[in-house]
Amino acid sequence: MDQQTPTPVSGRRAPVIAPGHTFATVTDKISSIVLTRPTTNGWFIGFGVMFLLTMMLLYAMGYLFVKGIGIWGVNIPVGWGFAIVNFVWWIGIGHAGTLISAILLLLRQSWRNSINRFAEAMTLFAVAAAGIFPLLHVGRPWLAYWLFPYPNTMNYWPQFRSPLVWDVFAVSTYFTISLLFWFIGLIPDLATLRDRAENRWAQMIYGILAMGWRGSARHWARYESAYLLLAGLATPLVLSVHTVVSFDFAISIVPGWHTTIFPPYFVAGAIYSGFAMVLMLAIPIRKIYGLEDFITQRHLENSAKVMLATGLIVAYGYIVEAFMGWYGGNRYDAFLMWNRLHGPYRFFYYCLWACNIFIPQVLWIRKLRSRPLWLFLVSAVVLVGMWLERFIIVVVSLHRDFLTSSFGMYYPTRWDWMTYVGTIGMFLCAMFLFVRILPMISIFEMRTLLPEAEVKPE
Amino acid sequence: MKRTPVYGLMAEFDTPTALVEAARETYSAGYKKIDAYSPFPIEELGEAIGFHRNNVPLVVLLGGVLGGLSGYLMQYWISAISYPINVGGKPYHSWPAFIVVTFEMTILFAGISAVFGMLALNGLPMPYHPVFNVPRFAFATKDRFFLIIFSSDAKYDASGTRSFLEGLHPRSISEVPS
Repeated sequence: MDQQTPTPVSGRRAPVIAPGHTFATVTDKISSIVLTRPTTNGWFIGFGVMFLLTMMLLYAMGYLFVKGIGIWGVNIPVGWGFAIVNFVWWIGIGHAGTLISAILLLLRQSWRNSINRFAEAMTLFAVAAAGIFPLLHVGRPWLAYWLFPYPNTMNYWPQFRSPLVWDVFAVSTYFTISLLFWFIGLIPDLATLRDRAENRWAQMIYGILAMGWRGSARHWARYESAYLLLAGLATPLVLSVHTVVSFDFAISIVPGWHTTIFPPYFVAGAIYSGFAMVLMLAIPIRKIYGLEDFITQRHLENSAKVMLATGLIVAYGYIVEAFMGWYGGNRYDAFLMWNRLHGPYRFFYYCLWACNIFIPQVLWIRKLRSRPLWLFLVSAVVLVGMWLERFIIVVVSLHRDFLTSSFGMYYPTRWDWMTYVGTIGMFLCAMFLFVRILPMISIFEMRTLLPEAEVKPE
Repeated sequence: MKRTPVYGLMAEFDTPTALVEAARETYSAGYKKIDAYSPFPIEELGEAIGFHRNNVPLVVLLGGVLGGLSGYLMQYWISAISYPINVGGKPYHSWPAFIVVTFEMTILFAGISAVFGMLALNGLPMPYHPVFNVPRFAFATKDRFFLIIFSSDAKYDASGTRSFLEGLHPRSISEVPS
């Protein structure tokens, strides 16, 4: 069995959980991070900085409420700009969490048990960050609820043939299901924290959230089937969400958008960037909290391999786009490719190829895959690359479409940057709070990984 | 029914294997009102205590069907009856365009039914439960495994049941006050 394999070094696959752990040590190690570990200065500083960035986001939003989206760089012909770039980027990042928690559960990849909890939290916060952008971008954000079908005195309804309305349903369903999935996974661990907490307030709060969970066999049986069904529901959901996001583009007739490869290429790109974010979070977290026993070399390597695979699908997408520009015989598509290669944004297109396709190929080298620092850097490159991909798709397609008379340029303003950086701050601020007050690794699922959890036949 | 001050007798075990064996023996000895507690799901345990009827999948199916139907009918009613507008010459009842929202609504309703159905069937949230009166029960969420025979069981009698549980070689036995 893998669990007994002693050392992670060369040749052999590292174990999912370091040897020597028992039910008690797993429980103590993870719950003590929340319950007894003193909050360090590093945490306060990190949280403080991110909190300030969140305040900057609120400031940028407040100013937008007063002045309108004219403060952003968007205008005709580029009406989508940063708002949609960032929206697609954040939603994509969220996808890895659901992939890890749902799809890998269905595929019985038990190594996922130590990273699914914080990956799900990442999904939630990323989707929350994503949701801000379309909400602001509607122009009158205080009327954003008009997107939902509800009976109203104006006697009007949404237009269900529009992919933008589909997106509202897809993203709000995605957020709801991710939240439920995350919460249902937390219930048994909240019960553990309730029973382990010394502090009266902590006992009460975790107790209320655990809702009286007592680990009865009947409860577990229903729990397991609910969890599995939810995973089965979340799997097509996560694939549908980025598919619908890609429909926002593909259903239109803009060159570079009107293509059938968008759905699979968007989903692969989403998982690509999501795993990059998982690694960027996991590598510092395991180091700072000493969780190398649970988030082992194996997890990092597997995530790197998923990145490599999805990155190649993305590369295939880029190649097909270029090929169809040439082979399709549509002069506007051909011009789009020419414009990407030679137009005013060409530098970003070259960077895109470097960040998403060329540099990540170093992950083929096992030595580099097993160095957390290298993985961290490659992940950062991929996140930049995936952001550039959305920038190329949104801006370069829009700024020169059919008529030369309507060509234009797009430049983000400082408010665009403040909003974008602000959402990164909000995301990390939420992550800081999460690792401090909730178990960042699923304790009960880690227990099931131990050899002693198996019921031996008589 | 006569109200007894004792809720049941609880035995504590060290390993999942011991608990499953003990649960099987207790069930086959004729005790039917029993329950078992573990810090993680154990597949064999439900069977061992005689739990067979799991209604969660049915609830999820009903939720999904309800969500799908309401999603589709809502779009049909809105687009074809209440607010018919011509979009690109498409028919009012342009069903292919309605599939995405129908799908999302199916997943949404099914997922909500899975979580809330599971909680409702489990009787959660439950602010008070007698098993928590046993101090050692705090380890049921850590590394201990518990078996309880409820005092409402027909075969239950204080001393006989206790000696039966002792025969299962538990780590400890405690009386659960109700």
